[in-house]
Amino acid sequence: MTEQQQAQTTRRARSNPAVDGPLAVYRGVWVYIEVNDGKIAPVSLELLGAGRQLADKLDIDLAGVIVGYQVQGLCEEVFAFGADVCYVADDPILERYRSETYMKVVVDLVEQYKPEILLYGATSTGKDLASAVATDLKTGLTADTTILDVEEETRLLQASRPAFGGNIMATILCKNNRPQMATVRPRVMKSLTPDRNRSGKIIEYPVQINEEDLKTRVLDIVKNVQRSVKIDEAEIIVAGGKGLKDERGFQLVHQLAETLGATVGASRDAVEAGWISHQHQVGQTGATVTPKIYFAIGISGAIQHLVGMQNSQMIIAINNDPDAPIFQAAHYGIVGDAFEIVPKLNEAFEQALQQKEVVDIG
Amino acid sequence: MHIVVCVKQVPDTKIIKMNPKTNTMDRASAPAIMNPYDVYAMEEASLLKEKYGGSISVLSMGPPPAVSTLKKCVEMGADDTYLISDRRFAGADTLATSYALAEALKKIMQEKGAIDLIISGKQTIDGDTGQVGPGIARRLDIPPLTFVQKVADVDLSARKIRVHRKREDGYEVVESSLPCLISVESGINEPRYSSLPNMIKAARHNPVVWTVDDLEGIDVTQLGLKGSPTIVGKVWPPEKSGGAEMIEGSVDDQISKVVELVMARKELFQDGSEMNDGTTASTND
Amino acid sequence: MAEKFDVIIVGAGPAGTSCAYELAKAGLNVIMFERGEYPGSKNVMGGVLYRKQMEEIIPEFWKEAPLERPVVEQRFWMMDEESMVTMGYKGLEWGKEPYNNFTVLRAKFDQWFAQKAVEQGALLINETVVLECIVEDHKVVGVRTDRPDGDVYADVVVLADGVNSLLAKSLGFHKELRPDEVALAVMEVLKMPAEKIEERFNLEAGQGCTIEMFGDATKGILGTAFLYTNKDSLNIGVGTTLSGLMKQKIRPYDLLEYLKQHPMVRPFLEGSEPTEYAAHLIPEGGYKSLPKMVGNGVIVVGDAAQLVNAVHREGSNMAMKSGRIAAETIKLAKDAGDFSENMLDSYRVKLMESFVGQDLKKYKDVTDTFEHHPQYFKDYIPRLNRAASKFFTVNGTPKKQKQKEIMQLFTESKGKLGVLQDVYRAWKVMK
Ligand SMILES: Cc1cc2nc3c(=O)[nH]c(=O)nc-3n(C[C@H](O)[C@H](O)[C@H](O)COP(=O)(O)OP(=O)(O)OC[C@H]3O[C@@H](n4cnc5c(N)ncnc54)[C@H](O)[C@@H]3O)c2cc1C
Ligand SMILES: Cc1cc2nc3c(=O)[nH]c(=O)nc-3n(C[C@H](O)[C@H](O)[C@H](O)COP(=O)(O)OP(=O)(O)OC[C@H]3O[C@@H](n4cnc5c(N)ncnc54)[C@H](O)[C@@H]3O)c2cc1C
Ligand SMILES: Nc1ncnc2c1ncn2[C@@H]1O[C@H](COP(=O)(O)O)[C@@H](O)[C@H]1O
Repeated sequence: MTEQQQAQTTRRARSNPAVDGPLAVYRGVWVYIEVNDGKIAPVSLELLGAGRQLADKLDIDLAGVIVGYQVQGLCEEVFAFGADVCYVADDPILERYRSETYMKVVVDLVEQYKPEILLYGATSTGKDLASAVATDLKTGLTADTTILDVEEETRLLQASRPAFGGNIMATILCKNNRPQMATVRPRVMKSLTPDRNRSGKIIEYPVQINEEDLKTRVLDIVKNVQRSVKIDEAEIIVAGGKGLKDERGFQLVHQLAETLGATVGASRDAVEAGWISHQHQVGQTGATVTPKIYFAIGISGAIQHLVGMQNSQMIIAINNDPDAPIFQAAHYGIVGDAFEIVPKLNEAFEQALQQKEVVDIG
Repeated sequence: MHIVVCVKQVPDTKIIKMNPKTNTMDRASAPAIMNPYDVYAMEEASLLKEKYGGSISVLSMGPPPAVSTLKKCVEMGADDTYLISDRRFAGADTLATSYALAEALKKIMQEKGAIDLIISGKQTIDGDTGQVGPGIARRLDIPPLTFVQKVADVDLSARKIRVHRKREDGYEVVESSLPCLISVESGINEPRYSSLPNMIKAARHNPVVWTVDDLEGIDVTQLGLKGSPTIVGKVWPPEKSGGAEMIEGSVDDQISKVVELVMARKELFQDGSEMNDGTTASTND
Repeated sequence: MAEKFDVIIVGAGPAGTSCAYELAKAGLNVIMFERGEYPGSKNVMGGVLYRKQMEEIIPEFWKEAPLERPVVEQRFWMMDEESMVTMGYKGLEWGKEPYNNFTVLRAKFDQWFAQKAVEQGALLINETVVLECIVEDHKVVGVRTDRPDGDVYADVVVLADGVNSLLAKSLGFHKELRPDEVALAVMEVLKMPAEKIEERFNLEAGQGCTIEMFGDATKGILGTAFLYTNKDSLNIGVGTTLSGLMKQKIRPYDLLEYLKQHPMVRPFLEGSEPTEYAAHLIPEGGYKSLPKMVGNGVIVVGDAAQLVNAVHREGSNMAMKSGRIAAETIKLAKDAGDFSENMLDSYRVKLMESFVGQDLKKYKDVTDTFEHHPQYFKDYIPRLNRAASKFFTVNGTPKKQKQKEIMQLFTESKGKLGVLQDVYRAWKVMK
């Protein structure tokens, strides 16, 4: 760095509250660790991966925050996936997620240990918790982030997200409040390959909450009896749209998905036509998915659909309109009639997959 | 029971055009509509009123044209509507929005009496965060119940409500004391085709409009741009992947090319991989 | 229980709104139904709004109404396949107050106009379809809408629901329109930057012109085509009698395409992009096929009463006039507390005395004549073009000789007498 540059940075730095001003007491990158049925949610591990990079850039610790009952054991995994510190609140009263209890824990921890950055998965739990915490801490919260970065010099978190129904991308900054918080969409960030030798510092939170002070109770948890559609965790999605004409046409999508062991996705118009349940809807008012492979069959590619699937690793579009916007978002495109192509495609895959088994055995 | 619904008027982001130079919305290019998710919130209020009696108030923050959205709420069954509209509210992020709305809710309580239930939409299609609803609840120190896909029961004497909250793998049954705030999922109900008497009522209806000065004791430093911790840095158009590589040739060529592409990811087809992709996921995970 | 108003108005077009405005202004309790999302949302019109009748309702309306451009020039094109004979008038006095006519986009204008009626106290109910009139012992006493609890009652129901009024028909006021009584009009709105429009049509900033096209513009079918300038768009359309389309077996949209591709037209449209397409009927039966327009407790106005002057394509002005006369009549009826057909019939009488009735009578034979003597459109316009070509082509033929040849052009097929008959016939119906 030239002297001049140095001078500049120090000047800027001096004028920066986060560097040596009042906000300087806030240090550390935290990730809220979501636990479902004793397992850490994939998104939380992805966030540890992303958080690690931020922490290294800022040259500070990465911490995980675990709240629940009989969750202490999960600290090991949190370290393995990159954390240096693990805050744990472990108590029967925390067995099931409740905004009011979980939020109290997180708010207390933040007020005591003052992290600089706090990330949550953009899941129903993560969003619920984050909005409540942000309000009580009177700090900024960026929703549904898809890109995370940090500016070393100003120590500002740069959380970017689609805005206005995906019409633009916007970077949201939180200059004068701490912690800087964001919920991050699942399957956008990459988790590190776990290093079982890593370990770190465990800090326990003394839980003092008694049931009678609480206003809410979780009476029951009902899992979907029919095969639960975890479309946002699917690795392969075969999605169909209005182009399949009717429910019978939509069967093509089911067949192909069956063959590939994939999850069925759908555009809103297909859902509204009643061909398939809303659980399968991809897009702004449906699920946000990032599978390894996404088939878009008879889907025009309206912006509201694209925002839900444009981060998929490989998008293959089949549409009979060469100008359909879906081809802009897709990696591979076939212009043609779904009713001709999809059945043939299905056969081809059936064969290919059989052969593969043979190979595997041999 | 006294229900308050929070609704926002938004530009129809489905057809809105962006100004490529400034990356801002060309508001003229899209009509202002009632936030589609708030329609479900309003409908749920009407259903609850029909079941448990009481009165529905609707609150919105936004520029004067939002009056038309409030009138729409009357068509759907609202009794009183309130618009808080003032330059000083402009540019608010979710924190400043929830503050302003909470202050207005306090005034509604003074004017109309205690509130039993607040209903918000799941999210707006412009702000698109889902944070304002819970924010309001925290401001008023009442429980936020988000992702509500069903209101199972309201017990006014016991001051309790029971709702179903959507989870990734099903739903949970939550009981809360009243008052509380629920933000409802789309599809929680079928919004009605309004009756003619309500249409006439709406045509005659004039919302109450408040400015900052009408909200006694409000802290102006917490409003609008000034009161918003978050600011928008850079904005840019979502990068279009330069467009798809078109697979040409005969249908059979095209097919085999696709198969090749997919089978190249053989790890996806190892045994048990289906466990991760949902279709065969059993209920125990 | 269902509410009762003084007057129910069905349809918030120029006719309905004019009526609502006047009645509300006089303090009557008026409710107006519009099936569109908002007034004008579904309405089509070439787009010339005539100042006079509008001004009678809202003086100096041009100061606030959403108008496109004041019309300073009217052009007429007599077109052949690759030529045209043109005439027209441009007057700058039309470019300043009080103006003559304006081009308008109905979606904007109707909405504004209806809002004015609302400000006068009329109740406007959008997105609501009136299904039928409620009739009790031979009196119309209200209407039934498509909404739950959808009945409302009133002393008088005004049917302003536009051409081919289903409601008037269900009351037996008119039969299904005959194909030769209606024109089918299709039109497109083409976006184009204001500067480009002004430069291309050679206009001062903000001023507008209208072009009426005959002959090959409609492939010789009885009817006209038009090209009007809006602020930053053009309205182009073609209206021909249904019967004509049937005879020639042309789909209306193909006719519009033909027009847009016509060598005389295409250059004007270059680089514009279509934003809206619409098709709409225009009642052109005129005086002869005027329907019954008054009954006990009911009045029919505007297109619903087929009040259109096919020759000059005037309709909105007649609609407004009829709406106002209806309002006057209803006010009197209200004072007299009598809403019988006899009482309300003074509407029809006044209407026929007004310019509406006069003009309709004047042109009563036009459509028929041209319908039965296609030669005017099919034959004379092409000849006229050839004549002009001959006349203006400098090829050394003495002018006297040319005039002779031109005369022959017209007389060769029919002979002098035949032509004279045609000329006389045309003069008679248009005079
Ligand atoms: C507030 C809001 C939220 C929304 N949220 C969502 C959302 O979450 N998800 C969503 O998907 N949409 C959403 N939409 C709707 C979205 O704008 C589009 O209307 C919708 O995605 C279109 O669905 P589609 O592509 O299936 O149908 P269409 O747009 O009708 O496309 C059908 C396509 O199929 C093609 N096709 C026709 N026949 C064939 C054939 N034989 N073979 C191959 N291709 C064929 C056509 O060329 C066309 O491209 C939302 C809209 C709004 C306003
Ligand atoms: C292509 C074209 C070009 C024209 N050019 C001109 C021109 O340049 N100048 C001119 O003066 N005239 C022109 N006209 C004629 C003019 O458009 C009509 O004469 C005029 O609009 C008649 O007004 P109205 O109020 O009677 O009917 P409309 O304008 O048709 O209004 C009828 C209204 O009633 C509503 N409605 C119908 N049925 C129901 C129901 N059951 N319940 C509730 N609402 C209902 C409709 O939605 C509509 O808003 C043109 C017409 C066409 C088609
Ligand atoms: N300006 C506003 N006025 C009234 N309610 C609002 C406003 N903004 C958001 N809300 C409510 O908060 C919900 C979530 O909005 P958002 O956090 O912007 O996604 C909406 O569905 C509304 O119910």
